[in-house]
Amino acid sequence: MHILEVQGIQKRFGATEVLSDISFTMERGEALSIIGSSGSGKTTLLRCLNFLETPDAGRILVNGETLFDAADARKKRDREIRKKRLHFGLVFQSFNLFPQYTALENVKLAGQLLARERPDYQNHKSEVLSEIDAKAHALLKEMGLSNREQSYPFQLSGGQCQRVAIARALALEPDILCFDEPTSALDPELTGEVLRVIRELADRNTTMIIVTHEMAFARDVADRVIFMDEGRICEQGDPKEVFEHPREERTKQFLARYRQEA
Amino acid sequence: MTGEQIKIVFDALNLGFLQTLRLFFVTLIGAVPLGLLVMLGRMSRVKPLSLLMRALIWIIRGSPLVIQLLIIYYVPGIAFNWHPWGGGESGRFAAASVAFIINYACYFSEIFRGGIQSIPRGQEEAGLVLGMTKRQIFFKVKLLPMFKAVLPPMSNEIITLVKDTSLSRIIALQEIIWAGQAFLKGTRGISGNVLPLFFTGVYYLAFNGLLTILLSRLEKKLDYFR
Repeated sequence: MHILEVQGIQKRFGATEVLSDISFTMERGEALSIIGSSGSGKTTLLRCLNFLETPDAGRILVNGETLFDAADARKKRDREIRKKRLHFGLVFQSFNLFPQYTALENVKLAGQLLARERPDYQNHKSEVLSEIDAKAHALLKEMGLSNREQSYPFQLSGGQCQRVAIARALALEPDILCFDEPTSALDPELTGEVLRVIRELADRNTTMIIVTHEMAFARDVADRVIFMDEGRICEQGDPKEVFEHPREERTKQFLARYRQEA
Repeated sequence: MTGEQIKIVFDALNLGFLQTLRLFFVTLIGAVPLGLLVMLGRMSRVKPLSLLMRALIWIIRGSPLVIQLLIIYYVPGIAFNWHPWGGGESGRFAAASVAFIINYACYFSEIFRGGIQSIPRGQEEAGLVLGMTKRQIFFKVKLLPMFKAVLPPMSNEIITLVKDTSLSRIIALQEIIWAGQAFLKGTRGISGNVLPLFFTGVYYLAFNGLLTILLSRLEKKLDYFR
């Protein structure tokens, strides 16, 4: 069974069709990277998967379960959407850490709030909370940030912030972790540390969708690549194939432009 | 001034200042929640409500507080033969409180709106993606940064409010300036003396000094994040 199946997603903003007929599948443990020029709909696609936008048509299935169906007319209640969202994690381009919390608190907050909804919470409060605490410490350690646990976001570099944001997303153990241009807001010398962390996640077979402008990274880390153009999937396949022998004219043009810049 | 006169003057000023403080605190306690409501109305997607609140803010901020005080105190009785305030000092205090609360709520609402709009959209989205409810996002994510953002402009308004309370003497509320001025006109055996009026200024300065210290301490406390 596919861990993710996207069927015919369409999204309009007013008269502009931002996504048209997007369909693809993903397997567990796969790293998928989505490339394409700005405005090609990559970010909107990620936002649809995370329920930050509502597609006008199409279906989204995770582990065979239909999470979203545009044809299903009945209004989804917030509560339902909230649970469904947790299948996905999202790392934003601009980190979006909570400024009033330390790195550690940023990682722990959502887990603590969700734990309150567990039926056994009142009886096992201290165990549940120390579990969350231990997990947050471990995640920050993995991100190489053990010594910055008590720092507030403004005291951290962009690369460190993004690594906290990754730890924060991982803390909820999403089925699929999405990255929305995770290094685009970073100075060139800071992108490396974030890419290294994502590469490590890929090596451990974390299921990921990575929207990126880092072509070399997409080629090396992803198991599969999707090239988007004007809201459509133009070409997809093995990264080596797509990068070295693109079939579509648009893909060739896009990659040629990147080679020139590089 | 003799020792006895000094006692008379300061007793009167203290009493007046007590009324000033009462109006100040009542306004603050009433205008903050009302300001939040006006802001919610102003930002509502229900067009008529939003327009109504805009109109209210325009009228209240666009006209002098003194006129608002006079209208609220006198117009119900004169125009409609309706006397909601009752007589005497307590009636004047009630009318002044209502006028001040409405006036300051309108100013506060615009400050709160600025505070809410200063929180980047990404904060809410991060909360949503992490499975938080709207309520949790408001209380756990947005509230503190909002409070931090509105604190400097609120400090300004709060200090202005301390001084604005003196406008209530237009409806003869017996606040501290009214008390000080009485000795200029002549009361209790003292007349033509400008010193009591001068002292009232010292009361304001002292109280605003105290407020400034408290507010900047609060600001410092929130300096731990940016």
